[in-house]
Amino acid sequence: MKALGRFFKSLFLLELLQGLRLTGRYLLDRKITIIYPEEKTPQSPRFRGLHAQRRYPNGEERCIACKLCEAVCPAMAITIEAEPREDGSRRTSRYEIDLTKCIFCGFCEESCPVDAIVETRVFEYFGDKRSDLVKSKEDLLAVGDQHETQIAADRAQDAPYR
Amino acid sequence: MLDALLTLVIVLLKIVALLVPLMVAVAYLTFAERKIIGYIQGRVGPLHVGPRGWLQPIADAVKLIFKEIIVPAGANRFLFLLAPLLAMGPSIAAWAVMPLGDNLYITDIDAGLLYVLAVTSLSVYGIIIAGWASNSKYALLGALRSAAQVVSYEIAMGFALVGVLLAAGSMNLREIVLSQEGSLLHWFWLPLLPLFVVYFIAGLAETNRAPFDLAEGESEIVAGFHVEYSGMSFGVFFLAEYANMILISMLTSLMFLGGWLSPFQGIPVLESLFSWVPGIVWLLLKTSFFLLLFLWIRATFPRYRYDQLMRLGWKILIPITIAWLLVVGAAVVGGLGPWFDGA
Repeated sequence: MKALGRFFKSLFLLELLQGLRLTGRYLLDRKITIIYPEEKTPQSPRFRGLHAQRRYPNGEERCIACKLCEAVCPAMAITIEAEPREDGSRRTSRYEIDLTKCIFCGFCEESCPVDAIVETRVFEYFGDKRSDLVKSKEDLLAVGDQHETQIAADRAQDAPYR
Repeated sequence: MLDALLTLVIVLLKIVALLVPLMVAVAYLTFAERKIIGYIQGRVGPLHVGPRGWLQPIADAVKLIFKEIIVPAGANRFLFLLAPLLAMGPSIAAWAVMPLGDNLYITDIDAGLLYVLAVTSLSVYGIIIAGWASNSKYALLGALRSAAQVVSYEIAMGFALVGVLLAAGSMNLREIVLSQEGSLLHWFWLPLLPLFVVYFIAGLAETNRAPFDLAEGESEIVAGFHVEYSGMSFGVFFLAEYANMILISMLTSLMFLGGWLSPFQGIPVLESLFSWVPGIVWLLLKTSFFLLLFLWIRATFPRYRYDQLMRLGWKILIPITIAWLLVVGAAVVGGLGPWFDGA
């Protein structure tokens, strides 16, 4: 009896019609594609994209060359060399992030005692050459200068949870 | 002499008037396919070429035309280049007898159905020759599969058509449509329902469409018979496949869904309300429905295994058609109304 039921079920294509009904529902369903360059997905204030070096409002760079980020970086993407500046303060003479190594874990940002190194919301960047993706101190400061308002707003929004 | 020349020009004009819209339809069928399969998968399909992607098929065609046609070393050059034409020729030639309306056809021959059956089965030569001339194992395997498949399903398809012949009492496609006159229920889909389903399934297999696309079988034999083809030589195979799809869809609507007859025939108010719609519109609507079904099925079902394919063809479809032929025969002899009481 059961075998007979199965036979008629397949003879009348019942399961195939069920399948067609399912795909037919999806045909009329809402589409989930984001048409990328025109539309973008919402970003979290904690988004971890391209790095930036920040400055204080008076224009002084924040980084004090403590090398905590270099130590914590699991991919060893950060290289820091430091020496005293003319005015005697402790500053980096070289601060490089190799983006080909970076895994965007955000540890550098978390370890930083002065909020100098941060990850911004910028994710649309590229390099023509490999060396374009090794960001120097000047590059990072420039990114920071460009996006400071956004960076500051994101930090302020996230501050209660830190 | 002048008369003959005039006839020739008129026939040529008719052919152009049929083929140009056909080629446009093929181009936009590829667009429809990408859109519909995209929609079913929750995507939106091509969107960037022209307004809402509407120029995509033209961009595709231009791309194919400008690509180099590579003939593999060791391939039989003559047959290799002949094969696409052999695939394309029959799928276009079959259109000669297609009645698009009561007086809208290139030629109206009495054995129209036989002609269509004969010509469409020639297209398998294109595939076999393509597979052999490529001198590639994948192409050869694809061609072998395709040949066996097309030959098997031809039988079921032929038997399904015999049912139509019995019911209509004619092999002329125009008369087949006219014998379905009356109403929606007079169309042959109802008395020939099993043959209708079998014909459509066999049509899927004939055109090598999913779920019967073993001849292409991307995942196991790369692309099957056309693996070595590039540029426009591949494009011609593509055109042939899609022209065949339209052909099968139109044949199905002619033979089972009353062709250009209005679906509102015989319904008192609606009939006069829709009497201004030309018949070809109904035919094209019915054809589009089957084309949608082609794409819908492709987006839904996985490919058959080879033994399953053969089992379905020989052990299921053919017995069903033969059994139903007996039923149809009895119904015709008994004059079962409303379909067979006229003749």
